[in-house]
Amino acid sequence: MRLPCPCCGWRDLREFTYKGAADALHRPAPDDASGWDDHLHNRTNPAGETRDLWYHDPCGTWVCVTRDTVTHAVISGVPLEGAR
Amino acid sequence: MKRRDTGGSALNRARKLGFSFDGRALTGVEGDTLASSLLANGVRLCGRSFKYHRPRGVMTAGSEEPNALMEVLRDGAWHPNIRATMQELHQGLNARAQNCWPSVQCDVMAVNDLLSPFLGAGFYYKTFMWPRAFWEGLYEPLIRRAAGLGRLPQSHQGAPHEKAFAFCDLLVIGSGPAGLMAALVAAKAGADVILCEEDRQMGGRILSDMAQIDGGAGADWAAGVLAELESLPNVRLMPRTSVFGAYDGGVYGALERVSLHMTAPGRTPRECYWRITAKRTILATGALERPIAHPDNDRPGTMLLGAIASYWHRFAVDPGRVVVFGNNDHALAKARALAADGMDIRAYIDPREVSADTPFKTYQGEVIGTRGRHGLHSVTLRHQGREIRLDADTLALSGGWNPSLHLACHMNGRPVWDEGIAAFVPRDAMVPGLQVVGAAAGIFSTHGALDSGARAAMQALDALGMHATPPDLPQSEDTPYAITPLWQVQARGRAWLDFANDVTTKDVAQAAREGFVSVEHMKRYTTQGMAPDQGKSSNMGALAVLADATGGSIPGTGTTTFRPPFVPVSIAALGAGGYGPSFAPQRFTTSDAQTRKMGAPMIEAGLWYRPSHFPRAGDRDWRCACNRETLHVRHAVGVCDVSTLGKIDVQGPDAARFLDFVYTNTMSSLKPGRVRYGLMLREDGHVMDDGTCARLSGQHFLITTTTAAAGEVMRHLDFVQQAYCADWAVRLISVTEAWAQCTIAGPLADELLGHLLGDLPDLPFMGCAPVTVGGVDARLFRISFSGERGYELAVPARYGADLYRHLVALAEGLGGGAYGMEALNVLRIEKGFVTHAEIDGRVTAFDLGLQGMLSQKKDFIGRAASQRPRLTGPTRLQLVGLRAVDPQSEITAGAHLYPGDKPAKAAYGQGHVTSVCYSPTLDSWLGLALVENGRARHGETLRLDDGLRGIRADVEICNPVFFDPEGGRMRD
Ligand SMILES: [Zn+2]
Repeated sequence: MRLPCPCCGWRDLREFTYKGAADALHRPAPDDASGWDDHLHNRTNPAGETRDLWYHDPCGTWVCVTRDTVTHAVISGVPLEGAR
Repeated sequence: MKRRDTGGSALNRARKLGFSFDGRALTGVEGDTLASSLLANGVRLCGRSFKYHRPRGVMTAGSEEPNALMEVLRDGAWHPNIRATMQELHQGLNARAQNCWPSVQCDVMAVNDLLSPFLGAGFYYKTFMWPRAFWEGLYEPLIRRAAGLGRLPQSHQGAPHEKAFAFCDLLVIGSGPAGLMAALVAAKAGADVILCEEDRQMGGRILSDMAQIDGGAGADWAAGVLAELESLPNVRLMPRTSVFGAYDGGVYGALERVSLHMTAPGRTPRECYWRITAKRTILATGALERPIAHPDNDRPGTMLLGAIASYWHRFAVDPGRVVVFGNNDHALAKARALAADGMDIRAYIDPREVSADTPFKTYQGEVIGTRGRHGLHSVTLRHQGREIRLDADTLALSGGWNPSLHLACHMNGRPVWDEGIAAFVPRDAMVPGLQVVGAAAGIFSTHGALDSGARAAMQALDALGMHATPPDLPQSEDTPYAITPLWQVQARGRAWLDFANDVTTKDVAQAAREGFVSVEHMKRYTTQGMAPDQGKSSNMGALAVLADATGGSIPGTGTTTFRPPFVPVSIAALGAGGYGPSFAPQRFTTSDAQTRKMGAPMIEAGLWYRPSHFPRAGDRDWRCACNRETLHVRHAVGVCDVSTLGKIDVQGPDAARFLDFVYTNTMSSLKPGRVRYGLMLREDGHVMDDGTCARLSGQHFLITTTTAAAGEVMRHLDFVQQAYCADWAVRLISVTEAWAQCTIAGPLADELLGHLLGDLPDLPFMGCAPVTVGGVDARLFRISFSGERGYELAVPARYGADLYRHLVALAEGLGGGAYGMEALNVLRIEKGFVTHAEIDGRVTAFDLGLQGMLSQKKDFIGRAASQRPRLTGPTRLQLVGLRAVDPQSEITAGAHLYPGDKPAKAAYGQGHVTSVCYSPTLDSWLGLALVENGRARHGETLRLDDGLRGIRADVEICNPVFFDPEGGRMRD
């Protein structure tokens, strides 16, 4: 499997560290208790297109990757700034 | 069987090669495979079958070989399951038959064949079920010994293997007419092309049949194309390379046999495991011929017709008197061609009506039996209701062709049934970016192969955005192919489907009768297709027999799942470069060489290597050294390299604001020249890491992490910065390896530093300042992980080795010395300082008694979650100290704690021990533990139970800070 780093181009999976769903990009307000429960624990686990976060260790760039869980197609990778 | 006097396109007859099979000295020639040289030497019997120990001989000429699996002596050990068809001959090759004893001619386990009525499908499951206790001790070892397919070498020290990576625009798999044409078109258009071929020689079936291309021999055309490809800089030809798997993103696994054909390969890798990343791929793997299931079709001398042609043309093997049994047009055409070339073909048998215009006798009928104890002597056929026996040395079978579409199915694509060729063919786009051409796509004529190869290359070029004009195809035959399927001959006797695993048509029918009607169940019940050859030549037949037994259709019954690898891949190749010292990267501190010179045993800390302790003459054990080093720090001065701690440089106008957001406590209020202990949480409210934060100047901070969490913290900080504060003016970078940092700890630390620096800056506890060491700019921090007055001195890494040597010498001069990880651990446990033994990912700041560090005045990562009710309170496991009630009674980390009157059962568990040490300072075993509601239970006694190591002791819960709880020694 290969992933696109916005900084380095397509690179081998083993250069990346996985974090999880791109939900992590949207931090709830400090007092939004149920929002925090969702944010920390609830995931949609879609069959199809999904967005998740990968760290490209060699360059330190976090990448928001859009990929398809059914076909395994990797569709795009963008920096977090553009992903929110 | 013998060597012909002439011919043999693969051979260099001038070079004779001596080799040995089963102890017999034999001679072959350069270019031979082990299989071809055995056949040329008249050796037909070359192994015993898996279950019934039936005599078996070479059946094929390729990687699909089910029978001729042998042991070969390589690098001083016998390697099992070597396919004689793939092992190239070399001088001194030493091979032996496997799966037989005492010899392949006289094998005592052949008695299994007489017991065959009791050894049918599902035999293991039925016979060895009971009594249950017998399975592990008796049945399994017994079965393994009787039924094994060779034995693995026992040494872990294998010969060298290698791993490599390659990238290309177009990967072409297979070098027959279709593959060569595709590679040529793409290469001429300028694409980066890799062409992989399993065989030593490129050319595929062109090398083994008499196809004419452009009015000349196909082999000449292939040689011309190969010469042209070789001359192009954008082409990489990879012979001896089997592509074995298709993976996501255009990644293919391939195994190159680099030096298995050499007599003395030395340090040359035996095999290389390639990962090839291709933008586009063309699969041109051809087709595999099918045998026919007729009674006694497994006798040595029974071979596939295509293989016989291959041995004839390439290796000049004369099969003697040949009887051909086929059911398709290719078989008849091939028999004609071989007869015209001088092969002694005695008869052609086909259940279809066959024209009589042949140089050999033809029979409409079927083969119903064979004879010959260790090899074929005669063939019995059924013709017009009569039985006829023909003397023969070789029986050539051709039951049709199966496209080699395995790789196209590796991503779970299912092939479709093509009635016209009675075989499965691939669909479009089963693997993204991969096109199947030629015989692999069910296109069997030479013209069809060339045409489909060229077309696929044009499409690939188009997809790559490259342009080319369609090539003129060379002239070649385009004869149609007709077949009448013949899956099994109805006659008395056992007819083999899977030769490698001894599965007969009766086994499959029996499986169906017993209810295993799904192809996946039948496979597992009978073990059909589960041998090293993975049923390449037999799965199709078994599937057809199953369809017949269940009354279903073949496409309705469906295929089993195609999974990588297409050919066996040695673990040595997959693991190349990944064992012993190269199992993981090794990180060394700048003091490493000096540390080892001092005799310190090194221990792993993540990827780092750090000294455990520094032995001296007269030490009884490591604990003597550990006690001495601990007391050096408590009473004189100790030196320790702590460069492995993560160091992150944080700079910018928003640096302080950023650190306030990632630490639970406030860093913006820190004054330049001061250091503060900091705590980081994960967003879920649990502790991630702790460390120090030094403000070097207004907008410049240096933070440290634990050794274990350095990578995780760096990733985390990068995430927070890029995800939540991308517009803040702050930048961070890891400087862990840029600085060498040493601890100088103990009451004489100031005296030591005075010697080194001359003028020691007047630093308060938790202060930092730039200093100069021998003219080198350095940083001095007054911090302590030992509880003593202490400093950490950092210099650019290139001066680290000198600094360490110097510091150790100064410490020794003051009655102290270097200390290692063991003493470091004792010192921190005596002080109740936590490490990742305590911060195990499940603890909160509250659990550690650090809830006071959670600022109420700001938001920070983990704040919201840390306030949730179940993350605080009396149900939590809390950090406590443990003191052995008998101070000399050993306690152990990992042990669990129970009330004294309760058994050691989970229901009564009160918590667990995280760290222990023997404290020479306090003359007692001490521990840190996480205990339910522990802070309220100081003074209580629990029973420690380490069932694993059989250690039990009474322990008293106490304050985790055992030594100098007021902290005066490090502060004042
Ligand atoms: Zn990158």
